[in-house]
Amino acid sequence: MRCRTCGAPAAINMRQHKLALCRAHYVDWIPEQTERAIEHYRMFTRGEKLLVAVSGGKDSLALWDVLHRLGYGADGIYIDLGIDAGIGYSAKSRALCEQFASARGLQLQVVSVPGAYGSSIPDVAKQSVRGRRKPCSVCGLVKRHIMNRVCREQGYAALATGHNLDDEAAVLLHNAMTWSGGYLVRQAPVLAATRPGLARKVKPFCRIYERETAAYTLMQKIEYIYDECPYATGSSTLYYKELLNRMEEDRPGAKLQFYLAFLQAKDQGLFAPGASGESELHDCPQCGQPTSAPGKCAFCRLWENIPPVAPSPGLGPEKEPGDAGEETS
Amino acid sequence: MLGMDAQPSKTTLIHRGKRIEVRSGSTLRDAIRKAGFSPEAVLAAKDGELITDDRILLPGDEIQLVAVISGG
Repeated sequence: MRCRTCGAPAAINMRQHKLALCRAHYVDWIPEQTERAIEHYRMFTRGEKLLVAVSGGKDSLALWDVLHRLGYGADGIYIDLGIDAGIGYSAKSRALCEQFASARGLQLQVVSVPGAYGSSIPDVAKQSVRGRRKPCSVCGLVKRHIMNRVCREQGYAALATGHNLDDEAAVLLHNAMTWSGGYLVRQAPVLAATRPGLARKVKPFCRIYERETAAYTLMQKIEYIYDECPYATGSSTLYYKELLNRMEEDRPGAKLQFYLAFLQAKDQGLFAPGASGESELHDCPQCGQPTSAPGKCAFCRLWENIPPVAPSPGLGPEKEPGDAGEETS
Repeated sequence: MLGMDAQPSKTTLIHRGKRIEVRSGSTLRDAIRKAGFSPEAVLAAKDGELITDDRILLPGDEIQLVAVISGG
């Protein structure tokens, strides 16, 4: 198979686009496609300062690389979850993010959950009802809280995440299977900051297949953590991604069509006003972040009975002398 | 009686450190499927360079399969 642009041997074939490209043309094609999505969904502009959530995985590092190459001002945030699982998972992924930022002269902020709050994610999960079976829900809650806080306190225009088309299609299928109206209404490439204190969230890779972000990372020789999070085994996301890939094998473009047709149907009024079932948000009396829960937010309640350190609402990101993330603006 | 070359020619797929021998002569896409993987969930590299899955496998080829799906 040959590159459609230059005729050299192709490095990747994207059956859904009927497009094969060589390495040189592919690594420029991905930023072009990303830019198109940024513009199409009006995610942000070049003058705005962005915060990219990086995990050390392929998608988030590829996104940071692409935004940097496109000339957007994007700092990174890495949340050290304190996951070891015998493989030093967090330590490895943190080192990869620091290495990535340092090689490109980019600013990386590191927030250590054990350092700031006194317990790792697996430890706090074990002691909470929410995370007793699996720490993923607690992990998501803590990450969302910290990312929103840093974004809001430091005046970033938006928080960019590396969610790709496979992530979005898997979540969509999961929520469609249970007709979770609230989640379906809120699923979008841009989550607007609907009230003060809520960060705008954007997903510039939402139309790019996971296979394509992986290929970009490999072709750009970006070192990323190949090991899966030890707690992701058996996750519903993996299950739905596998199902969707079976469809994609038979019908190239099935995943993309599923997601884009959903967005279009939503724009055309698929859901009645009020279908989200969203309760009114108010400020958490302890940390000040928006919450729909009565009284304190879920994050503050999570830490209430966890020894030895109580959450400190004003706690800033971890600062390390000489760290690329010491300065944020 | 079989001749000296009766031993079928093999290509090796390597996935997360595990070596899987497949018959040469088929396309990489068919071999990936026969090895039990989804062609949508892996990328293939030969000598460190990504290759497309229409490639016909040759005896002695070593193809690295990179898993691309994460569930976090």
